[in-house]
Amino acid sequence: MNGIPFAREHKVTLCHVCSYVCPEDAHDCPRCDSPVHRRKPNSLTRTWAFLIAGLIFYIPANVLPVMFTTLLGSASENTIMSGVIEFAESGSWDIAILIFIASILVPCIKFLVLGMLLITCQRRSQWAMRERSRLYRFIELIGYWSMLDVLVVALVAALVQFRGLSTIEPRLGILFFGLVVVMTMLAAMSFDPRLIWDAEVEDA
Amino acid sequence: MLALWSMSSHARLRSLTIVNTPTSSPTAPMTCHSTPLTDPDQWIICEHCDSLYHAQPLNKGESAYCLRCAAILDRGHRMSIEQMLALSIAAGIMFIFANVFPVISISMKGLHNEVTLWGSVLALAQGQITLIALVAGLAIILAPALQIALLFWVLVHAHRNEIAPGFKTCMRTLEHLRPWSMLEVCLLGILVAIVKLAGMLDVHPGVGLWAMAMLMVLILLIAGKDIRRLWDELGVEPE
Repeated sequence: MNGIPFAREHKVTLCHVCSYVCPEDAHDCPRCDSPVHRRKPNSLTRTWAFLIAGLIFYIPANVLPVMFTTLLGSASENTIMSGVIEFAESGSWDIAILIFIASILVPCIKFLVLGMLLITCQRRSQWAMRERSRLYRFIELIGYWSMLDVLVVALVAALVQFRGLSTIEPRLGILFFGLVVVMTMLAAMSFDPRLIWDAEVEDA
Repeated sequence: MLALWSMSSHARLRSLTIVNTPTSSPTAPMTCHSTPLTDPDQWIICEHCDSLYHAQPLNKGESAYCLRCAAILDRGHRMSIEQMLALSIAAGIMFIFANVFPVISISMKGLHNEVTLWGSVLALAQGQITLIALVAGLAIILAPALQIALLFWVLVHAHRNEIAPGFKTCMRTLEHLRPWSMLEVCLLGILVAIVKLAGMLDVHPGVGLWAMAMLMVLILLIAGKDIRRLWDELGVEPE
């Protein structure tokens, strides 16, 4: 793989907005006027910050109820996990698995993968660079599907509004859960995948 | 030394050789080049690993992959500007349908209720959690609306071979909106909500749901990175 030159060796930088090949010393893209950076500024620090913020919000997101249901006088509160269990117990295995993947598995995978990418990049590891690049693209792809639960709660709460019979209201947990999704999305956006490959050049 | 290649979407290249797929046109020969770089249009940089390549025109259905990190560098255009413009108009119409008509309606013991996209965003706007209503509103209403409007604006001018007024701002906004537009998640959310409620009451999918499904497909087709071609095709000059 050493045959392919890096853009920095030819003193050029990519504009992330319009794909223009900018001179290395440009502050703004000559074509679309967006700021251009050789690497995203403070990428590792920012990604850590968003990731840790996401992790902190993840606790109330799972502990606090996301939904409050009254059905013919009886009231109940659901957290994300109890919602999944309820679906599974009522026999809707497919939906239970879907929500489990979107709401629990995806955020956890994002935390683990981003944490791993950050640590390996800080150590300038040359381990599995191609695969780590792939992992990064994978979490960029799956990240926003976690919004599923937020939208389901919104729709259900808007629909079930029968005074005296049955009502559903959103609860504080859904705010934290939404923030987890936003934080992990911002973390993935702040991470610069080119840092994975910088190790190759620096150590060579 | 720089390499050129073109290949079908599933083939994967591991060495600096050129692969000709049955669908691809004859590929250009490998070229060698040394610094300094002259014409920026001739080059592609991989956004995932900073590798530099000589740009190669791609045919419809062809994709170029980075040899270092296997990311997609570029795709051949599947549609003409005219087709994209037509689809953006269709998306605009579908967007109106998806927002005006209810996406789900329910009935329970003679009582009836229905919800539009806006209604579901409003349901989140309660006291402490209003912030999440803003995020949801951005993801399912505002971002898609802006995407459609901006795409229409730049494409309707591009169709006449003009650079739209405010072209740079429109194109930059489109790039920043892309990750926040979540129509496919919203569609899946509607389906999950239908299944969820079907257990306790009568649920009927509304006209808005069908419009939403079509809108999602249209947005997938037109709102991708493909629109960046306008920079080159309209010849927007760097300052």
